[in-house]
Amino acid sequence: MTDTATVKKLERMALQLRFDLIEMIGVGKVGHLGGSSSMAEIAACLYFHAMRYNPQNPKDPDRDRFLLSKGHCVLIQYAALTELGVIPRAELKKVKTLEGCLQGHPDMDRTPGIEAVTGSLGMGLSIGLGMALGFRLDRRPSRVYVVMGDGELSEGQIWEAAMAAAAFKLDNLTAFVDLNRVQATGPTREIFDIPQIERKWAAFGWEVVSVNGHDVGQILQALAKAKETRGRPTVIVAETVKGKGFSFAENNAVFHNSSLTAEQHRQALCELEARRAELK
Amino acid sequence: MTPHPNMREAYGLALLELGRKNRDVVALEADLGKSTRSVLFQEVFPERYFQMGIAEQNMAATAAGLALAGKIPFIHSFAVFATGRAYDQLRNSICIPGLKVRICGSSSGLSDFGDGKTHQSVEDITLMRALPGMTVLAPMDGLETAKMMERLIDWPGPAYVRINRSDLPLLYPASEPYHIGKITCLRKGSDAVLLATGVMVGRSLEAAQILAERGIAAGVYNISTVKPLDAEAVIQAAAGVRAIVVAEEHNRIGGLGSAVLEALRATPHPPVELVGIEDCFGLSAACYDEILNHFGLTAQAVAAAAMRTLDGSSRPKGHS
Ligand SMILES: Cc1ncc(C[n+]2csc(CCOP(=O)(O)OP(=O)(O)O)c2C)c(N)n1
Ligand SMILES: [Mg+2]
Repeated sequence: MTDTATVKKLERMALQLRFDLIEMIGVGKVGHLGGSSSMAEIAACLYFHAMRYNPQNPKDPDRDRFLLSKGHCVLIQYAALTELGVIPRAELKKVKTLEGCLQGHPDMDRTPGIEAVTGSLGMGLSIGLGMALGFRLDRRPSRVYVVMGDGELSEGQIWEAAMAAAAFKLDNLTAFVDLNRVQATGPTREIFDIPQIERKWAAFGWEVVSVNGHDVGQILQALAKAKETRGRPTVIVAETVKGKGFSFAENNAVFHNSSLTAEQHRQALCELEARRAELK
Repeated sequence: MTPHPNMREAYGLALLELGRKNRDVVALEADLGKSTRSVLFQEVFPERYFQMGIAEQNMAATAAGLALAGKIPFIHSFAVFATGRAYDQLRNSICIPGLKVRICGSSSGLSDFGDGKTHQSVEDITLMRALPGMTVLAPMDGLETAKMMERLIDWPGPAYVRINRSDLPLLYPASEPYHIGKITCLRKGSDAVLLATGVMVGRSLEAAQILAERGIAAGVYNISTVKPLDAEAVIQAAAGVRAIVVAEEHNRIGGLGSAVLEALRATPHPPVELVGIEDCFGLSAACYDEILNHFGLTAQAVAAAAMRTLDGSSRPKGHS
């Protein structure tokens, strides 16, 4: 069981990540707000609680790995790495420019703390599978965490990786599905419906845990369970709201990848401030 | 119909027109229809529009099946995913049987300037050119896109259409008839010839202006059919000049530059200089011009390449 202080700390961190997100997107700059915000709690729980990760030594070979298979949401990872001190805060304003080191999608060469190149959807779980196999061979304690989108689940490669991870009995691999029910062009139910996601993963041989992806306590419990599970990988299916925290963007496919007007930017900050007051 | 300056929009409108003209035209997309503008077809012909989910490989092979069932499928994604992710499906399911499938590679080149390496296609022309039987088309603006699309109903075999994400000046001569496989002369000049494709055509026209100010007469040709390349016309265009520059928003390896050199190899020809991306992946930038400048894809760079080549060719031992 996790204490309320930890939960509070992580809720505040998720809020801070959303502040950073708004700082990066600013006014008039296109960015993947929706899917970044829907996984703010997941990122906070991983980087600031569950993961073995020392920001003073981000190259420690025994660290846990965070792979963003839905690489378009890298802004939230930049936020987390900034709060950890791995990425200099001054970079946030230079995101997606030639002057900065923060690319539009995860880029290992240019950005500290990024563990793989992702962004072509459907590839992250395979990379995580390979890492997990390698760490097991070397008897390293490292665990691998992969975050996928729900729209992304239509890529066949994910299911190839899912079969392989179960066949290899990889219990050092944990996946998240950010079930925000919106993809690039609209709601998943209208665009490309994938029913019974939990049952699919279970049938592929995975341990499946369903959580409310904005409930820090539930995420931590699921992560603890994944760590205890032996002989098979775990997937945490996180029910979330795309654009969470910004009323105008919630469940709105327009903010999958879009810019903010000055008015929306102001409103976004207001709503985050209100949330900050709530978490006092 | 007035041409649209945005190439994606021009593409979507042209696709819709084809849908009106031919009942066998069907469109497939992979959760990017708002961006590729295939959504314009969907709005009018929902029953002939297949949302395949984010699954480009399945989309490509499904198109093969639709073609075998007598349809004319147009498949849509970003150029990187349409060509790279689904390459084996394009190769085996579509190109080996020579099926009439049209592959729309949208947001091609560096035109998706913000998204960076994973989303920018620097090698799509090379990949598509290497597929036996694949026609490779790269229009220079919205007007040419519209004209090109009209020809894609009857044109046999598979075809790849490289579409830019941005607004480009409408420079294709409106009165010029369009034929797949032909190159278009946009400006005549006896000192040098600039052969270009896509966004680099406009920039080459600017380069010719820069060169004219220095007393150098440079011809400019738009090569929108990269394959099958009109080798005869390229040889003709190169005849009599002292320098050839090929300009493309693409890796210098395997693109239009390579195609031109292949065409020229059998005849004596003036020295050739290539303006393109120097065998590296893209980057994120704040705007399209910024990224094009960063990779040296500018009018100035094309003009400089022409001058360098002219200087070299006037020296006794200069060769290509
Ligand atoms: C192979 C590939 N095809 C298409 C895209 C373009 N794309 C980027 S995000 C996206 C939608 C993703 O939806 P989802 O997985 O639900 O992500 P989220 O809602 O968390 O943003 C698409 C189609 C891509 N990046 N990679
Ligand atoms: Mg989603």
